[in-house]
Amino acid sequence: MPGPELTDHSAAELSQALAAGETTSAEVTRAHLDRIASLDGELHAFLHVDAPGALAAAEDVDRRRAAGEPLGALAGVPVAVKDLLCTVGQPTTCGSRILEGWVPPYDATVVARLRAAGLPILGKTNLDEFAMGSSTEHSAYGPSRNPWDTARTPGGSGGGSAAAVAARLAPVAIGTDTGGSIRQPGALTGTVGVKPTYGGVSRYGIVAMASSLDQAGPVTRTVLDAALLHEVIGGHDPMDSTSIDAPPPPVVEAARRGDVTGLRIGVVKELGGEGFQAGVRARFEEAVGLLTEAGAQVVEVSCPSFAQALATYYLVMPSEVSSNLARFDAMRYGLRAFPDGVELPSAEQVMAATRDAGFGDEVKRRIILGTYALSSGYYDAYYGSAQQVRSLVARDFDRAFEQADVLVSPTAPTTAFRMGEKLDDPLAMYLQDVATIPANLAGVPGLSLPAGLAEDGLPVGFQLLAPLQADDRLYNAAAALERLLLDRWGGPLTPPLVGQVDSLVGPVGTPEVRA
Amino acid sequence: MTTVEVGLVPFEEALTRYEPVMGLEVHVELSTATKMFCGCPALFGGEPNTHVCPVCLGLPGSLPVVNGAAVESAIRIGLALNCRIAEVCRFARKNYFYPDMPKNYQISQYDEPIAFDGWTEVEVEGPDGPERYRVEIERAHMEEDTGKSLHVGGSTGRIHGAEYSLLDYNRAGIPLIEIVTRPIAVPGDRAPAVARAYVQQLRDLVLALGVSDARMDQGSLRADVNLSLRPVGTAALGTRSETKNVNSFRSVERAVRFEVSRHAGILDAGGRVVQETRHFHEDTGTTSPGREKSDAEDYRYFPDPDLAPVAPSREWVDALRATLPELPAERRRRLQAEWGFSDLEMRDTAGAGAVDLVAATVAAGSSAQTARKWWLSELARRANEQAVELSALKITPEDVARIQALVDAGAINDKLARQVFDGVLAGEGSPDEVVAARGLAVVSDEGALTEAVDRAIEANPDVAAKIRDGKVAAAGALIGAVMKEMRGQADAARVRELILARLT
Repeated sequence: MPGPELTDHSAAELSQALAAGETTSAEVTRAHLDRIASLDGELHAFLHVDAPGALAAAEDVDRRRAAGEPLGALAGVPVAVKDLLCTVGQPTTCGSRILEGWVPPYDATVVARLRAAGLPILGKTNLDEFAMGSSTEHSAYGPSRNPWDTARTPGGSGGGSAAAVAARLAPVAIGTDTGGSIRQPGALTGTVGVKPTYGGVSRYGIVAMASSLDQAGPVTRTVLDAALLHEVIGGHDPMDSTSIDAPPPPVVEAARRGDVTGLRIGVVKELGGEGFQAGVRARFEEAVGLLTEAGAQVVEVSCPSFAQALATYYLVMPSEVSSNLARFDAMRYGLRAFPDGVELPSAEQVMAATRDAGFGDEVKRRIILGTYALSSGYYDAYYGSAQQVRSLVARDFDRAFEQADVLVSPTAPTTAFRMGEKLDDPLAMYLQDVATIPANLAGVPGLSLPAGLAEDGLPVGFQLLAPLQADDRLYNAAAALERLLLDRWGGPLTPPLVGQVDSLVGPVGTPEVRA
Repeated sequence: MTTVEVGLVPFEEALTRYEPVMGLEVHVELSTATKMFCGCPALFGGEPNTHVCPVCLGLPGSLPVVNGAAVESAIRIGLALNCRIAEVCRFARKNYFYPDMPKNYQISQYDEPIAFDGWTEVEVEGPDGPERYRVEIERAHMEEDTGKSLHVGGSTGRIHGAEYSLLDYNRAGIPLIEIVTRPIAVPGDRAPAVARAYVQQLRDLVLALGVSDARMDQGSLRADVNLSLRPVGTAALGTRSETKNVNSFRSVERAVRFEVSRHAGILDAGGRVVQETRHFHEDTGTTSPGREKSDAEDYRYFPDPDLAPVAPSREWVDALRATLPELPAERRRRLQAEWGFSDLEMRDTAGAGAVDLVAATVAAGSSAQTARKWWLSELARRANEQAVELSALKITPEDVARIQALVDAGAINDKLARQVFDGVLAGEGSPDEVVAARGLAVVSDEGALTEAVDRAIEANPDVAAKIRDGKVAAAGALIGAVMKEMRGQADAARVRELILARLT
């Protein structure tokens, strides 16, 4: 394969080319590193690029392949990892000053599985500080930009992974989703993002934001790639007590099937009406229409408690945040700041000065909210009732899944918004996750798929939700819809930036249009 | 708030106006192979920060996994304390900032302890013999220990005034069981002894269960004494103080006495007791204020989302119940009955730490009384001289039983037996080897004995005359003379027979 084209291929295509000996992992990895070098100055999708480590891993896979060792499907396909996952040999900052320069002594289970499966790790992607935000503008190291329009955000918190994949800096990436941080950036950048069933992917080594909601998952350009990556990182991990001890759902098989004949699709009444951009609604309704034409049966379902989901989330999440982030205190690792004008500061004063200097405003806001919600005398009213609403959300899902096999909604209420537009209005920012949060509260899996462009020429995300541990249903329905949409739009959606850069580095082959 | 120094009221006098109510919180460090939530060894000591991993250091991203062996130990302790065992219980996070706590929260249990609603009975000495008191157990719950801070510089060894502090996380994450009593209201003059007996009983119990080494000196058993006073005849509880880390049984007793005196002094002066943490000082037997613990301290407990609930099946709990060893109090009662000891004899035996030694000696063939005699007199004296525990003496219960068997067989007498003890303790071998090597066997050569008897009669004509006149009791003097000549190696009973045969 000639150089520049390599970055346009899906992971599945690269996998085939690698297996057929048409290219090498070193070649593929170098192509992506080159593209990062030329484009990431503008996009800032990465916080850290590990070219030597990625190339060494690539060469190792090439050697093993040459030696005839059996290798996994994605062996040799490079991957980008959100900088919230611990990586030996690469810094893990969580987008925060408080962890600047910290290099973990251990790998997250997801990272260990990527390495074991032979995926070279290109580097660590940008995110809102500790994954708190919907635009990456809360990253202490500066925002990432959306390859569709660099004046706009790629969404967040996983905007770095989404931007990297959309702009072909990486064929696939790992994100984490606590309230929509994989799916909303997927919607805003025209990529596929999956939040697996809670417990489906190990949380060990993923710096916790809200432990009962966090879940890592794939960020890709195709449904099949997402399934292939999901298969690599999923499955039981004894190091995570909340990991599901059962065989993972057959996601790859489902992604290859893609048949919606007779499938009951539930349109959630509460997700997608008021406040949703007209173009977002138009693309959503169009996609539902395509599914119907393909043989799916569409029903409307109601989940009344979803109206309280956002409020519930903003009690549960900050409460867990306030406790999870207590450990960043300058005593053992990370930043250590000293109070001004204190001769011999006490440990307590150093802790306070460090947390003041090391955390950004959004993190502080959530720590304060959570500390308040857990306080004696307020616990029952806030954290306690939030947990009760959470069980109502789960019950609404149960009832909806009696009527439908999968539920659907727009992923995010708008297309990519401008940098700075919502930065001073936390509530407007929080509303970005209104459709994605219910899945995190109930633990059910969700997938966002690009559903075409809105009236503003920016991508729209289509969300699918399935019952606990039925992640395969998402892949089956999404693969069918993906095929229908490719027909409808005449090929994959490519951000303008891809064209710009390609003119810089040379001609590029026409992306393969799948029929 | 400034605390006014007021006088102490003598303990006995305080009890004329106030009655104490105690609450005891005992932390037991479990001797599981690994820590509560990770695979690090749960060992005391070690080079600082060598028994640590991402989990017990609380590194970002690390997650806890419950140690099943610790849950098992917790259930067994709960069962031994007659507790109910939760069908489902959760871990909770106790949030507060302290440098020796890696995550700045401690994984503990809050409103869902693994064991609750239990009781145990303790025995203390009253003027009319042993008295028994029931201590109600509110709960026993699981938690992780913190690391240790070493404060360098400054005079107090505490964090305030120190120049710098060193942190050792080897202890962080070692499993702890915290056992909390309900308020204990016993007659005031019994309170110190009841507190001590309770802590002692918990120590014996966890040792019998084999779940902890329960060393107060190493901190693997730590007692907090909560105490309040109320005017005699009233029901409402007074304000309590919490005296932390009282590190010996005797200190438990002294801490109760001191706090009664201190509280009474404050109340007599019309003052108000401050709810606070206090430190106990071993050297003076007094307490001093630690950090003030007001109701404002808010740990913001909430269920730990990283851990699944613990749901011990009833089958498992029943299986554990079936394997509970005989508990120390029951065992003592059974052994006392079997051995026919008086209350006093049994208490002395237990007090000397000799119950197991006597039991093993009896098992090796001795009678209970002779076993008790050797361990509590001859051997206790030697242990005392060497300043070691009885069980640390270099002699086994089997050796003691063998020496007694030699006495019973007439091969040696009690006096020779003491020399055999000397030999065994000096490492000269088994009792039989010592007897042989030291030539301690009783002389049973009748000819030699008869000659010695004749010489004794000849040398003591007055005594011989008395015996001939029927004063048999006088024979003792002649026996003594013969034994002296035979250098103790004669069977006294046989000597007596020979003397009487000659003279009557």
